[in-house]
Amino acid sequence: MSPDGPRMKRGRESMTTAKTQTEKMALRALPGDEVRQILWRFADRYDLQMAVQAVRALARGPVARMVADGARNSHEWTDEKAALLNEFDASGLTALGMDPEFGGYVEGPKNLALALAAFELSWVDGGSATSAMATNLALGPIHERGTPEQQKTYMSRCVPPQPGEKRTIWRGAFALTEPLPYVGVNTRVLSGGVRVAKWKEGEEPLLQVEKRGRFITNMAFANFVTAAVDSDDERIKGSCMIILHEDDPGVFDRGAPTRKLVHQLSSTNDPIFSLKVPASRIVGGFKVRDGVLVPNYDHAEIIAAVFRRTRVTVGLMTAAKLLSAVEPIIRYQRGRYRGGKTIEPGSAFHELGLQQKEDVLHRLVDIWASGEASAALGFAAARLFDEFDPIEKHKDKVFEERGLKGRAQLKELKKLEKPALEYIELAATPAAKRDAKRFEELEADRLVQFMVQDAVANVLCPAVKLWNTGQGTNMMREAVSLMGGYGITEDCPGFIGQKWMDAQLEATYEGPEAVQRRQLAITMTQPVFLAHFRQWIAEMRRVAGRRPGTGACTVASAMELWLWTLRHLSEAEDADGTPLYRDKRQGVTFPMADALCWLLASRQQILDLLELERRGPENEALAEGLPGYVRFFTDLCHVQAARAAGEVGRLCSELVFGYNRHPSWEAEGASCYQADELEPLDGFIPGIAACARSFTDVVEADGSHPQKAGPCVCFTGMEAFTSMRRKLDGCLTGARMAKDRAARDLTQVMIPEVPDYPT
Amino acid sequence: MSQGFHLVVCGSIVPDPLQTLEPIQGAEGPALKNEMMLPAVLDPWAGHALYEAAHLAAATPDSKVWLVSLGPRAKLQQLMMTIAPKAAFELVALDGPAGGFTEAWETAEALAECIKTIPGLDRSRLLLFGGCASASRDAGVTMQMVGERLEISDQFLAVDELTPQENGTIRILERIEAGRYQVSECAGPPLVAAWATGRLPEPPNNAQLGMQNMRSIMPALQKAQPARVGAEGVEFLEVEVPKQRRNTRVVEDASVDEMAREIVEWIRK
Repeated sequence: MSPDGPRMKRGRESMTTAKTQTEKMALRALPGDEVRQILWRFADRYDLQMAVQAVRALARGPVARMVADGARNSHEWTDEKAALLNEFDASGLTALGMDPEFGGYVEGPKNLALALAAFELSWVDGGSATSAMATNLALGPIHERGTPEQQKTYMSRCVPPQPGEKRTIWRGAFALTEPLPYVGVNTRVLSGGVRVAKWKEGEEPLLQVEKRGRFITNMAFANFVTAAVDSDDERIKGSCMIILHEDDPGVFDRGAPTRKLVHQLSSTNDPIFSLKVPASRIVGGFKVRDGVLVPNYDHAEIIAAVFRRTRVTVGLMTAAKLLSAVEPIIRYQRGRYRGGKTIEPGSAFHELGLQQKEDVLHRLVDIWASGEASAALGFAAARLFDEFDPIEKHKDKVFEERGLKGRAQLKELKKLEKPALEYIELAATPAAKRDAKRFEELEADRLVQFMVQDAVANVLCPAVKLWNTGQGTNMMREAVSLMGGYGITEDCPGFIGQKWMDAQLEATYEGPEAVQRRQLAITMTQPVFLAHFRQWIAEMRRVAGRRPGTGACTVASAMELWLWTLRHLSEAEDADGTPLYRDKRQGVTFPMADALCWLLASRQQILDLLELERRGPENEALAEGLPGYVRFFTDLCHVQAARAAGEVGRLCSELVFGYNRHPSWEAEGASCYQADELEPLDGFIPGIAACARSFTDVVEADGSHPQKAGPCVCFTGMEAFTSMRRKLDGCLTGARMAKDRAARDLTQVMIPEVPDYPT
Repeated sequence: MSQGFHLVVCGSIVPDPLQTLEPIQGAEGPALKNEMMLPAVLDPWAGHALYEAAHLAAATPDSKVWLVSLGPRAKLQQLMMTIAPKAAFELVALDGPAGGFTEAWETAEALAECIKTIPGLDRSRLLLFGGCASASRDAGVTMQMVGERLEISDQFLAVDELTPQENGTIRILERIEAGRYQVSECAGPPLVAAWATGRLPEPPNNAQLGMQNMRSIMPALQKAQPARVGAEGVEFLEVEVPKQRRNTRVVEDASVDEMAREIVEWIRK
């Protein structure tokens, strides 16, 4: 036998093994429900799984048919669109947000449930999601701050009738926004007013409400409206939210339909109300003090509680658009040349079409990675609010019992900051090393837990709304571009063009981007949040140690850079001596908020990947495809981490250096050599003049200097930053290899034969 | 009628027909590429049977529906999220393959043995329902074989309507050739009805019903017994999915007659 024989055989064997391994590790099919349920943590919630299936059937059935038939091409609320409401009722969607005692079927908080429903609807059409969620928004003030009687009355009227029950389902509208120049971005400037119309001794006051609304959803058919109004009467203190009925005496003018370019499957009008209503309609009730009617909650307090939840849902609507674009784009890319006379089946042109080109694959990887990151962030926020709801309710109850409101409440909460910080520190300490008794004590203290979670919720909510919708819209433009001319037609599969426009509305309503950035600029600097943030850096490092290739190390490095920059900006001044990180300095605070969002999304995407890896093996249906999913999602995480690091690095560098004055040739003490200083030195140190000209800036004897703005910037005092920045750049190592691998997967992944909804 | 029916519906999953279904040669014979990763739906024929059974049970006091499903447990669980809100039933699950490459004889054996062990099932009141065919493999014989094993000789195939009469008999419409029905009157249970499409639409969702069903479905899935079904001794010479030919032209001003003529010509070719 030839001595080469066995070696060759071994070689062939190992090649076969490698090939099998590669096939196993490839993405074989698009991720289905089994994967999503694990990633978004509802694998154990069959109530939510059922809701998802029901809403999906609704979205990809009646909603998709309506969009395909051109129902979006009108501003008016038509009979055809109105039929959707019945579909919502029949699918169980209308009752999804209600508690079982009022006719709902999901126990406990429903942030995740509603987020999943909105996600499913937006997969096809954002307007239908807005329409479905609008009654929940109208009920939001009542749910969060309404009296028990108000909750019972309105919640039970807004669910479909039970068998044998004869009644019409009520729909609601939420009226905050007013015609310019009133409430919009600044939710505190209200023109809508409330006066006492009649108040007889010992009787319930009758109020006169005057309110004009703008861009009010559900207005074409709403039976009731929760409206924000300010006092227009010295016998009423402050502002409030009040419930208006369509049959209240006075004017309930639904107004003209808004001529909006987006979300046309939702009804949007500019209504006018001039109505007499009993004072018991004030959301949360009122007290009478010294002859003055004092609402228990002002409107700002109520909408803060409502929006911090509903804004998360909006963020997920844009995430759904990105992920829904993947399959139509792959189908378009592969089929781009099919049907051509010279294109033979089996040829690369026929099978791969545009996917032969690296650029379109890389761009699709970016879209997919962004979609995963935004969904990860959004669902994490929704879950957090589910956990947080009972804790917040407990806090409200305790503070109400103690009679603490407004500033008194804030003062009391400030006292809890120290134990909250202590808890975060202890939670991050290994169990064997921490004070177990103290840890348990703090964990059991629900007010401390409120502080701990509130700090995260206050950041996650605006981050989801800001980043998912803003960056999501940018990425939707990429998605449109990948469909060529098709992308901007109504015939585009997956309605991608419409979704791009819809995403822009999602970035605007319920608080536009500036509002979210402003909120983040405050909440992200709170000590309790920053304590969490420091622990998250350590967490990402640990993950990186265990799972290199996820981009976790990159994210950790970027987080360190962000934190350093925040500290620096908080203390530094610009070249004119003006402090940098201040409320009104939005050129500083807003980019820092943007940078943070990239990090939060990337971190959560990595955590979701770990969950898939951990729990995937429990699902037998995933056994075959799990290695491929894990490998592909790992690469997507890495790609997204690199994008996040790039953004953070760029923004931080701009802020750290951008407010310094550039050295000039003219300035005294410019940090460069003068030629007449160097010449004498050259006698003692031969070559120094040439060396100086090579490595630094020299002003010649005739005053000439290198052709540039001034001497190069000196980094003295910035060594820590430059070192971190250099390290971060190095952390991008491998990210493009990950993108290449993910791109290859896109050429091989199996997609359905035909789309599962009409287009 | 003094007693209601005990309705047992045999039905399981098939791959979502919108997916790419590509037969491959697996380690244990033919299979569909990535089958476990593909979304699955309730076999449409079995779906008609289930909805007819639920409707009949709702209209007949003291009746009960069991859904006996043989399929991979994890896939069955996903399926239940779709059908649990549509019909009241108790699940009896068998954990085994449900693809198009299992032999109908083995499937029938497993289903029949399982039905025999259903606690509380009164076989004298049994209406055994299922699809007359399957979307995964149109063997068209499974229900008959299950019936034989349960010693039910009154068997009706391609049923579109089943109506209990006031005198206790059951009137059944079976599809036969030339678009006609054969009308039968059966003395009563037990009987086998292998359904065609039936007359009922898919029921609307009822979330409360779904939640109620799921309380028994989850334990049933956990208790699912493994079923050894396959295609022992069967040799597959060739496997392929039905070929589709798509010659699409967009013509906006063709008359109905022109379209009909073109279709006839195309069929003749």
